Amino acid sequence: MAAREVARTPENKVYSKPRLLTDAVMHFCPGCSHGTIHKLIAEVIDEMGMEHEAIGISPVGCGVLAYDYIDIDWVEAAHGRAAAVGTAIKRLNPSKLVFTYQGDGDLAAIGTGETIHACNRGENITIIYINNAIYGMTGGQMAPTTLLGQRTATTPQGRDAAQHGYPFKVGDMLAQLDGVCYVTRQSVHTPASVRRAKKALRKAFENSMQQKGLSFVEFVSTCSSGWKMTPVEANRWLADQMLPVYPLGDIKG
Amino acid sequence: MARIRGIVTIEQERCKGCGVCVEACPGRVLELAFEVNGKGYHYAKMANPDACTGCTSCALVCPDSCITVYRQKDSDD
Amino acid sequence: MEEIRLMKGNEVIAEAAVRCGCDGYFGYPITPQSEILETLSAMRPWETTGMVVVQAESEVAAINMAYGGASCGKRVMVSSSSPGISLMCEGLSYLAGAELPCLVVNVSRGGPGLGTIQPSQADYFQAVKGGGHGDYHLIVLAPSSVQEMYDFVAWGFDLAFRYRNPVMILSDGVIGQMMEKVVLTAPQARWSDEQIAEMWGSWAVTGKPASRSRNIITSVELDPLRQERFNHKLTEKYRTICEREARCEMVGCEDADYVIVAYGSSARISQKVVELAAEEGVKVGLLRPITLYPFPEREIERLSHRVKGFLSVEMSMGQMIEDVKLASRCRVSVHHFGRTGGVIHTPTEVYEALKSNFLQK
Repeated sequence: MAAREVARTPENKVYSKPRLLTDAVMHFCPGCSHGTIHKLIAEVIDEMGMEHEAIGISPVGCGVLAYDYIDIDWVEAAHGRAAAVGTAIKRLNPSKLVFTYQGDGDLAAIGTGETIHACNRGENITIIYINNAIYGMTGGQMAPTTLLGQRTATTPQGRDAAQHGYPFKVGDMLAQLDGVCYVTRQSVHTPASVRRAKKALRKAFENSMQQKGLSFVEFVSTCSSGWKMTPVEANRWLADQMLPVYPLGDIKG
Repeated sequence: MARIRGIVTIEQERCKGCGVCVEACPGRVLELAFEVNGKGYHYAKMANPDACTGCTSCALVCPDSCITVYRQKDSDD
Repeated sequence: MEEIRLMKGNEVIAEAAVRCGCDGYFGYPITPQSEILETLSAMRPWETTGMVVVQAESEVAAINMAYGGASCGKRVMVSSSSPGISLMCEGLSYLAGAELPCLVVNVSRGGPGLGTIQPSQADYFQAVKGGGHGDYHLIVLAPSSVQEMYDFVAWGFDLAFRYRNPVMILSDGVIGQMMEKVVLTAPQARWSDEQIAEMWGSWAVTGKPASRSRNIITSVELDPLRQERFNHKLTEKYRTICEREARCEMVGCEDADYVIVAYGSSARISQKVVELAAEEGVKVGLLRPITLYPFPEREIERLSHRVKGFLSVEMSMGQMIEDVKLASRCRVSVHHFGRTGGVIHTPTEVYEALKSNFLQK
């Protein structure tokens, strides 16, 4: 006998859009890691009961409109300055959960100074760092994190170390700083990696609330439009090409 | 023996047809529709519902949070 | 509870900030204003009022810290001197674009480039005409005494919140380094989040309570029509500011034949010129703009019907003179005099310039 269809009842519901994600359809390209990471942030804030305490700082870049999607208070920062903005917000509101959300152009290029010094001061904030090895919003130019040999709009023959330097391993650098309590590198390209990333994010947010210092959560991410691949190909390219350069796991703490 | 069965609801109009859910599903339950939604995307749909265990893999990787997963444990009686 | 002390202009800024209930100061050392951060660091207000004081890694970071603090509805301030203010200009544009209140103190020095650490008034254009990108204005206050350095901090915060706009105190190395008697007012408590919401509306980012929907502080608007609407709204605000907030002080202008227009330390020097001229029977008045934006146009326009000429005295190659010409509708001749590069003009030099421009032709 054919089994009856599973009832779509609240008791049977095991996964749905997080409550703190708004109904706005995200502007991200199909398959973009940003959406999945947004979802994890919304889930973790809700599960920690921090909806009324959370203040996010969005960057310049594809993440700029994060405030349209996660239903908490937000500040949109100037390009690269989110860690400085977050410093003041947390210092003036020590009981709040303060985090920045920044891409690799925002954080690892124009905002390197603000990032390093917020880390070095040990600000009790979490920095969420999206590393997709390319500038997404401006149309696929080289980022500091672009892999050697990777073709972008400004490295049409591939990134050449002699000309462009090397892929910037920001997390490894920041792990050296005494003010940083936790550095981890995660991804969201498989179900298992999403589960691990969520735990890491929660740990980072808890560190921030326990005043342990700065937590840095890097997400090795895809940019299928910038990479000129389908989303599924991009996930494979991430596993095959990105992860050997940016291996997943905790770097510190 | 108890059997765990699942079913998913995919918000067709929010789906961008990226296909990462199709790839993530261990039971090959999902596929992209031949038809397109209002935005022109080949949205994901259940092609093989009987194989769904409600494992949530598809929903976990969905960047647009358009998958809801239900799971039910059927007993043998 | 008033207190009278002999203090340096820069020290007074710090004292005023703590006493008026400022929530946060973010700064970076640069001559000639480093005493502001030093005084705050010695005062340790974080142990008394809870005011946050951060020595940032750069002026860029400092202004963005202010942006963060202002986003929370807090009374925050930064201070710097000319090259540092240049670095802050991006942040000032964002503050104006996000309609955030903030107090910025510029104890200016000579430029361009690294220039000199000596006093100058060559940042007038930067302060009054923009500095950062986009259609915006700062409200610019020009103190000419240590007492005004003190008074303008509380006034500046009031204007900043009233209009949700960054306010600049445009001082210079003379006023910042000078010691004078100053009357200090009784300390005021810092505002709570609830008081801020009650007084100024609940726009601030405080962590979204159940009672309201989320607040977003941003200056990005991708829809051109909406951005244009916003620009019109800002312009309307600036118009209101111009109508209501322009301030100036006039000395001996009633029957003057010639009027010196000068602000800040140049106004102090020019006050002596009025006396020198009177001794020789020349009727010279002084119009001292207290607000540079809004500029006291109406007073100058009114005088332009009657006087024979204006002399714009500024420690620059001539910047404010453009506004004096505009305000006087070019009805009479307007000349500039000023030493620059860190050189401070003497009253005699100013008087000689007035005579050579207007009386010996």
